Amino acid sequence: MENKEILLDVKNLRTSFFTESGEVKSVNDVSFHVNRQEVVAVVGESGSGKSVTQLSVLQLIQSPPGRILGGEIWFRGENLLTYDRKKMRTIRGNGISMIFQEPMTSLNPVYTVGSQLTEVLRVHHKGMSRQEAWRRGVEALKAVGIPDPEARMKNYPFEMSGGMRQRVLIAIAVACSSELIIADEPTTALDVTTQAQVMELLMSLVQENGTSLIVVTHNLGLVTRYADRIYVMYAGRIVESGTTEMIMKNPRHPYTLGLMESVPKLDTEKGEQLIPIEGAPPNLANMPSYCSFYPRCKFACEECKNRPHPELRSTGEEGHYISCHLDVRGGKVNG
Amino acid sequence: MAEKDILLKVENLKMYFPAEKTLGGKVTNWVKAVDDVSFEVERGKTFGLVGESGCGKTTTGKCILRINNPTEGHIYYNGLDLATASRSEIWNIRREIQLIFQDPYGSLDPRQSCGDILREAIVLGEGRQSRKQVRERVDELLRIVELLPEMADRYPHELSGGQRQRLGIARALACDPKLIVCDEPVSALDVSIQAQVINLFQKIQKELGLTYVFIAHDLAVVRHIADTIAVMYLGHIVEIMDAEEIFRNPVHPYTQALLSAVPITDYDVERSRQRILLEGEVPSPLHAPAGCPFNPRCIYAKDICRKEMPPLKDMGDGHCVACHVCGRK
Repeated sequence: MENKEILLDVKNLRTSFFTESGEVKSVNDVSFHVNRQEVVAVVGESGSGKSVTQLSVLQLIQSPPGRILGGEIWFRGENLLTYDRKKMRTIRGNGISMIFQEPMTSLNPVYTVGSQLTEVLRVHHKGMSRQEAWRRGVEALKAVGIPDPEARMKNYPFEMSGGMRQRVLIAIAVACSSELIIADEPTTALDVTTQAQVMELLMSLVQENGTSLIVVTHNLGLVTRYADRIYVMYAGRIVESGTTEMIMKNPRHPYTLGLMESVPKLDTEKGEQLIPIEGAPPNLANMPSYCSFYPRCKFACEECKNRPHPELRSTGEEGHYISCHLDVRGGKVNG
Repeated sequence: MAEKDILLKVENLKMYFPAEKTLGGKVTNWVKAVDDVSFEVERGKTFGLVGESGCGKTTTGKCILRINNPTEGHIYYNGLDLATASRSEIWNIRREIQLIFQDPYGSLDPRQSCGDILREAIVLGEGRQSRKQVRERVDELLRIVELLPEMADRYPHELSGGQRQRLGIARALACDPKLIVCDEPVSALDVSIQAQVINLFQKIQKELGLTYVFIAHDLAVVRHIADTIAVMYLGHIVEIMDAEEIFRNPVHPYTQALLSAVPITDYDVERSRQRILLEGEVPSPLHAPAGCPFNPRCIYAKDICRKEMPPLKDMGDGHCVACHVCGRK
């Protein structure tokens, strides 16, 4: 196997929100890593903790009510959780950039795109002149494929379409030449054809600049096309991880399998029924001691309820992990 | 061929919104949200309208319900032209045509319990009834959409997204409609819940013999539920075909691009298939291009495409395409 250099290594991360209805364990003992120049996807439904995990990496959790309770976040050989606020600020933007889901609300409506771009550049590169920052800003807009970047620098966000705004956010992330970009649902608010354009743009950045990319998404198709590796999250935990090929071709966790079966496909026969996952995700404030997927799992047996939540274990295939007591293969339980 | 049983027939529908006015109030520029759209919906079938944001699919749906008063054109429902019908005629027909909204959070009154929401719809739709009748009907509606009878006492904020959308469906069913316009009914839901609601839509259709106009941007969802699909672009229908044709034989260059932009979950197919990446973005309907609306982004565009709007031509078997280049075979 080729030698891969690990860029980000998150170990046993736990983040909770302390609300009136109790402790909400949004991220519950999550470990994952990202290699250099790798595209990693974190897949899950709303409330699965996929976004909170990424916000925790950048320590952008609002406190109170949220708190990072434990774990380690190793980035470039240092544990980010030992950093103070000031030192953390040197990581955000320079080391790790984030692209948020809503291009409509992540830009400040009262400043021009240019001033927001140059602000970021000047904050992260102390002593950069205005002219230099402007020049780099125009370059960044050009790099993300915005036509007529000089004129666009003087535009306000409302003068741009959704796809354009998302490109501006990517330009801001790119401008600081971060080593890792975290994209939280980067294309959810966009139309399919624009979505394809934006994803191709992100992929070209990975290839040209050697950036690593974490894509947080619920869109399984997107993941199939672009990701190298996948982490599937459910109720604050990672339930399956592996290469895209392993997971898409041979899902071994009942939840992953259920997700794939419930996605409408373009080539199914007419009248074919979807196989939904029955029930609804559990309440994170009141989690059972047994497997959190047990109430919705179609393979569940008595044993699953009597044992504690399953640990991540290898499936036997190198790099493929699941947290399930059962051995589900090809949609059936073995043994 | 057997005579088709057409429930809804839309002819040359146009919906223009004034965009710019002079001081005297004369409109100088129009947003042509829907521009000359025609289609037929068969009784008991599902008609899917797909397109990207701003293509006019929702406006078309709203015209059918006369929430928007169409600028021009006809909408025949069971022989009655809804586009010119009087208010009282519309009021009567509204019982038979219902709407399900995209946002299950915004379309339910937070201060009414689920039972009250349904009771209101039942009483408005079917007139005075005894309390017992209404109560039985509420129970029946909840049962149809697979909600527990206890839900009647809960409030919308206590429900999950999927349950709320089920309630929205129950409300639409309250006055025994014949036609339901579903505007992005599953796009706000998570995949696992989305599948439950899609199955519910299909089950209700079978049981109650409903006709759907199903508006969505997700091609795969529409492909799954619809019998016929119309693809819209910038206020025009560019292609109408049988739902199975769209995957096997998409003809219009926009349909092809749209189809190739939808990522699919089959690893081998997805990684090996050819993609068509469209350049640029959908033009603003304020400055729609001359000729074919798709010509600035089309790789096949010829001179004629920049001058003349291609008509929707039948290529056989009801597969209609509006394209100067690809429609000719």
